[in-house]
Amino acid sequence: MSPQGDGAGSANAPKSMTIIVTKGSLDWAYPPFILGTTAAAMGVDVTMFFTFYGLPLLLKKLDLQVTPLGNPAMKMPMMGTHMVMPNIVGMIPGVDAMASKMMKNMIAKKGVASIEELREMAVDADVNMIACQMTMDLFEYKLEDMIGGIKLGGAATYMENALKSDINLYI
Amino acid sequence: MADRVLDAKGLNCPLPIIRTKKVLKDMAAGTTLEVLATDPGSVADFSAFCRTTGNEIVEQGQDGAVFRFVIRRAAA
Repeated sequence: MSPQGDGAGSANAPKSMTIIVTKGSLDWAYPPFILGTTAAAMGVDVTMFFTFYGLPLLLKKLDLQVTPLGNPAMKMPMMGTHMVMPNIVGMIPGVDAMASKMMKNMIAKKGVASIEELREMAVDADVNMIACQMTMDLFEYKLEDMIGGIKLGGAATYMENALKSDINLYI
Repeated sequence: MADRVLDAKGLNCPLPIIRTKKVLKDMAAGTTLEVLATDPGSVADFSAFCRTTGNEIVEQGQDGAVFRFVIRRAAA
């Protein structure tokens, strides 16, 4: 395998990766931003295409939430064991807010980056971020509510990038 | 003795790698960076990062819960 990279690697043509980001909850926001920033750090040209529920991850102000509802795999560490929230409890108003707060506390305590931090790193690393124009129209988002440095595009814009990329992910 | 030291203790994936890359970017080819990390995943990840980017781990060790990597910056 030939080494990757810009300054910190060799001068070989860099590899490239695209990620379609379709989900915007606190838990689902992590995989695309972790892979995107890490790939960029390894000299990979990264394109992230934000569509449907992934699009609000580009809003200036984020307030990401996670829900235990319908997610039996979400086991929160509690007093030395792991706890699953029954669906009927997950339906009670305020439970999502509580679960989100718990997860954000855990994230900070364990030295895991916040989504805001990872997103900033992605911008700093020149990750190509594309907001889906159709989703902007559909859910009535305005470009001025989004962070700077992003582009607008559609399926053809994504395809052009995907066709010349080494890795294409859908998250 | 490495030319620079990066303290990444307490940070979790992918922060140690991303901070390392940020520092390496501004270093001259052939200089060395010592990284300290407590993330057990960093052992596999620093090897993978260096194999992929052409940077070289010239020294590696562990002192209690702290992992230590000395990385030589690749030529541009």
